[in-house]
Amino acid sequence: MSDSLKLQYVISDEDFTRAGEASGDVKAKLKMMGVNPEVIRKVSIAMYEGEINMVIHANGGVIDVIITTKDITMILKDKGPGIKDVDLAMQAGYSTASENVRALGFGAGMGLPNMKKYSDEMNIETEIGVGTTVTMKVYF
Amino acid sequence: MTINDVQTILHGRFICGEEHAEREIHSACGSDMMSDVLAFVKDQAVLLTGLCNPQVIRTAEMIDIYCIVFIRGKKPTEEMVEMAKERDIAIICTDHRMFNACGMLYDNGLRGGKPY
Repeated sequence: MSDSLKLQYVISDEDFTRAGEASGDVKAKLKMMGVNPEVIRKVSIAMYEGEINMVIHANGGVIDVIITTKDITMILKDKGPGIKDVDLAMQAGYSTASENVRALGFGAGMGLPNMKKYSDEMNIETEIGVGTTVTMKVYF
Repeated sequence: MTINDVQTILHGRFICGEEHAEREIHSACGSDMMSDVLAFVKDQAVLLTGLCNPQVIRTAEMIDIYCIVFIRGKKPTEEMVEMAKERDIAIICTDHRMFNACGMLYDNGLRGGKPY
C-alpha cells in the first residue's frame, strides 16, 4: 500500500534509561501528522509498555509500526524466553519481574493488561525459548 | 488549581518549568509504580512520585502529564531535568512524604480519578 508509513525501531536492552525512546519518537511523529490526541495516547501507552517489556524480559527486540489511513499497527518481536502462561500474564497484578525491575518502577503486573486496555486489537504469539511477537492495532 | 498552587501547598521548589506555573491542574495521581500511572489516564494531571529515574519523565510524556512532584526530598538528575525541559514538563521537589503530600492537595480540592 502506497498510503502507509512504516517505521522500524531496534530496541536494545543495554540501557534501561533509554527504554521508551522509540515510543516517544512515534508519539512525536503522530503529533506532527496531526493525529487525534486520544489515538496518540493509546498508541504511546500501549507501545511504551511493550517496549519496557522487551527490555526487562526479552533482551530487547524489534518494533515495526505501520500507519495507514485507517489504523496504526505495532508489531513487537523479540527472541526472549517466551511467555509460559499467557492467560496468567494477562491478569492485572501478575508479574515475573525481578526486584531490580520493581525498584525501577515497573513489574507491577500491569504491562500486558495496559497494552490490551489501550489497543483495539491485540494478539500474542509466543514460544518458550524462541520468543514472543505481540501485535497491537489502534483504529483512527 | 495551578502548578503554582501545587508548589505553594506542598512547600515545594521548582527544579524546572517555572514558566508553566499558571497551567491548570485538574487531577492528581500518586504512585511509585509507573504501570499503575499508565493505567490512569487523565488530562492535565500532576504526578506525585518517590521514584526518581528517567522513566518517570517518559511515563509523564506518554500520558501528557505536565507536572511531576518528587516527594521525600528526592532530587532528579541533570539528565532527567533536561528531558523534562525538552517535553515542557514542570518539576517540583517537596520534602513531604507521599501520604501527606497527596492529603495536602486533596484538602485543597484536587481529586484523583474514579475507582477502578
